[in-house]
Amino acid sequence: MNIAWNAITPYASLAGGAVIGLAASLLVLFNGRIAGISGVLGGLLKPQGGDTGWRFAFIGGLVAAPAVHALFAAVPAPHFPAGWGATALAGVLVGVGTRYGSGCTSGHGVCGLSRLSPRSLVATLTFMLAGFATVLVVRHGLVH
Amino acid sequence: MPIVTALLAGLLFGIGLIVSGMADPSKVLGFLDLAGAWDPSLAFVMAGAIAVGLGAFAVARRRRTSLIGLDMKLPASTTVDRRLVGGSLLFGIGWGIAGLCPGPGLVALGMGQPKAAVFVLAMLAGMGIFEMLERK
Repeated sequence: MNIAWNAITPYASLAGGAVIGLAASLLVLFNGRIAGISGVLGGLLKPQGGDTGWRFAFIGGLVAAPAVHALFAAVPAPHFPAGWGATALAGVLVGVGTRYGSGCTSGHGVCGLSRLSPRSLVATLTFMLAGFATVLVVRHGLVH
Repeated sequence: MPIVTALLAGLLFGIGLIVSGMADPSKVLGFLDLAGAWDPSLAFVMAGAIAVGLGAFAVARRRRTSLIGLDMKLPASTTVDRRLVGGSLLFGIGWGIAGLCPGPGLVALGMGQPKAAVFVLAMLAGMGIFEMLERK
């Protein structure tokens, strides 16, 4: 295995991860809800009375995060290696997949593993392996 | 009050994604690319998040109501079935194609990135497809 020593950001990633953990802790301790972004967003497509306000607030916080971050430090520009069509296809797959699988990287990965849920462990291993395999095919395999 | 705490949680979550580098799809793909120059940073993000989350969820599990008196709504299901594995497979393929999952997609949308807008719209369409199939 060839490790990208020049790209790895152990301290920033550990610290950012701790902030994500704090956010998930806040939501479960105060709102009693799982900070699973696909679930929070998906719940807005099937709205139930009295259950939408916190969802909009949480999603709004995520979207507003770059603006708030920019008050303290510049936000590094992201790079999107996938093309437009591939990005749209990816979005559909992520939308359908996370709803059938009842969670994504936040709900299963962060919250589920923090809850020591075996179901979330299976989901996390499954989407990680699928992600590894997909990048292997897209970058190194059949599609060139 | 629940609106304020949810907004704060969303803000913190998004800032954590930016600080950790995970709001950048190319960095996420660097983690998923085992055969290339592998960037293990995402594993550090998970470790940091779970280290903090373990304590909070251990407390949450023992409570019936939240600190502001709301019902604790923790997932009750423990079954591993085809829906869970099949859905996670589809999600993982989409994640591997673009390097975006729901949280970073929304944060990058907040940066005004057009590709993030396409991703989020397509993701909402995918969630809509799920709702339609489930309603039958």
